[in-house]
Amino acid sequence: MDLFHNLAIGFSTAAQPANLLYAFFGCLLGTLIGVLPGLGPLATIAMLLPITYALQPDSALIMLAGIYYGAQYGGSTTAIVVNLPGESSSVVTTIDGYQMAKQGRAGVALSTAAMGSFFAGCVATLALAALAGPLTAAALLFGPKEFFALMILGLILASVLSSGPFIEGVGMVVLGMLLSLVGTDLSSGTQRFAFGVPQLFDGLDFVPLAMGIFGFAEIVKNLEQDDKLSLVTQKIANLFPTREDFRRMIPAMLRGTTLGTLLGVLPGGGAVLSSFASYTLEKKLSKHPEQFGKGAIEGIAGPESANNAGAQTSFIPLLTLGVPSNVVMALMVGAMNIHNIQPGPEVMTKNPTLFWGLIASMWVGNLMLLVLNLPLVGLWVKLLTIPYRYLFPAIMVFCSIGVYSINGGTFEIYEAAAFCVFGYVLIKLQLPAAPLLLGLVLGPAIEENFRRAMVLSRGDASVFLTSPLSAGLLAAAAVAIILITLPAIRARREEALQE
Amino acid sequence: MTGPAIRDQRAFVSGALFLGFAIFFFVMALNYPAGTAARMGPGYFPRLLAIVLAAIGLTVMLRAVRGTAERQALHRWDVKGLAWVTGSVVLFALLLFPLGLVGSLFVLIVVSSRASHEFTWKGALANAAILIVLCLLVFVYGLGLQLPVRPALFN
Repeated sequence: MDLFHNLAIGFSTAAQPANLLYAFFGCLLGTLIGVLPGLGPLATIAMLLPITYALQPDSALIMLAGIYYGAQYGGSTTAIVVNLPGESSSVVTTIDGYQMAKQGRAGVALSTAAMGSFFAGCVATLALAALAGPLTAAALLFGPKEFFALMILGLILASVLSSGPFIEGVGMVVLGMLLSLVGTDLSSGTQRFAFGVPQLFDGLDFVPLAMGIFGFAEIVKNLEQDDKLSLVTQKIANLFPTREDFRRMIPAMLRGTTLGTLLGVLPGGGAVLSSFASYTLEKKLSKHPEQFGKGAIEGIAGPESANNAGAQTSFIPLLTLGVPSNVVMALMVGAMNIHNIQPGPEVMTKNPTLFWGLIASMWVGNLMLLVLNLPLVGLWVKLLTIPYRYLFPAIMVFCSIGVYSINGGTFEIYEAAAFCVFGYVLIKLQLPAAPLLLGLVLGPAIEENFRRAMVLSRGDASVFLTSPLSAGLLAAAAVAIILITLPAIRARREEALQE
Repeated sequence: MTGPAIRDQRAFVSGALFLGFAIFFFVMALNYPAGTAARMGPGYFPRLLAIVLAAIGLTVMLRAVRGTAERQALHRWDVKGLAWVTGSVVLFALLLFPLGLVGSLFVLIVVSSRASHEFTWKGALANAAILIVLCLLVFVYGLGLQLPVRPALFN
């Protein structure tokens, strides 16, 4: 079979010593930052992006991917032991995980999370491999108007799924797109919004912006709330779930994995959404909903499987269609650009070893994470005793050096400082930053495809509605908008997305 | 009871922010030729986006003053924390070349540490020493990044 042949190529790439090493390094780092609250995969990947310049492209992507799904493992440890989400995708794990820890079953909760994540990781790897071919073939049918419609759908869904009012999410997307227009217009060579600053001719760099908003401004926010960590000090003994535990968690893991795999593919989806949706589903289906919030093992098994599956399958739209579905994927676009790889259907045909190697490395990485997390859990918990006042200057140092290394100049550092202030304004106004970044990343491609489609149709905008594929995609976006404005659904969404 | 005329201040300011950006980009975009729909110039798409953003901004502002809007005040700002954090980054950029990596990192770490309520000189200095050594080991010797390690005077 083709699939197995491709996976064989992938595993031979992933098993190269250098790639194994970088996968391990990515998983280790991902676990580390996953455990630490206040430092997420986004800032970490942004920080390391310039440094990956020196690596082989496949090693670079394998490492960065490892950070993303590794963080899903690490985040659950903090959630269970300290009742704080190490990652936003493990918010729901705090609900039942910490309760289990208080009942002296922290070990069981941790191994449930790890086993769920591992199982989900395996399934998502296969899903990624199986879906990649057909979706890539579909992408080749896409012309400018279809890509335009697809990206509009992605941005609409991303705004629907971000926290806060939908219209403000859309506003952030449009603002991000406007910011993306800074720099040289490729068709006419005009400098737009650059004010004669040569560093802006190539556009606003994504990394300083992400670093300012998600690195520096987050720190200011975290410093405002000095909450004390309440560590569960008991020794973590007995990692093994009982037979009864297994009976309850296996169906939850299966459901969580399925849900996460599906929601990860959705533009705007990913780990966070999957975990919330899974928790709601488990609670709905359970015969004992009253146990939720008091240490129900399904409340860990489901969401922890879902977030890992979602993290991995969110690579599908990026690798096959070239459209990043969330902000971490947007950063992966940046990583691919550094190595002159155009994300999209051509990755699979032009760089098959990179494509399949990345997918295979995810399975290898999940295995490493299982080993890293369960026996070493005591070590990770120790990390949490480092006070934030020592931790955040370290984050600032790594971010600053990372930003400097983009071009070896100080301009990007000033840029990051400016976006720190801007990011703080957004936090205070409760405006979601993720749609802004997606708009920034997709903006140039949307303009380009819009222009090309309009040239081909001689200025007739109805072409977007007469082509069946683009009409279908735009209709889906319209349905999403209509649904979100219905009062009943709006209330449900607010309930599901509130943190 | 009548409160302030603007019921949802958070949303109102958010809308005004959108509107402000929209006006700024629209006015700037007037400098670039718009072209026609079939042959768009560099000014076409920015104007279109700016108009959409202005409409969104106005809608958000109107929703904020509606009688049914939820009452929300603006959040308090931690100007001091923001100033220490942002200031330390700006200082790092200013001092990187004149002082070299070690000196500018020292300033970055000590100044940013002031943003914490639990700041102590002893802790910040010890942290600075550890982080500087770590950076030199990882970035300069380990990864071989091109960083200005020595002060400009010695080059």
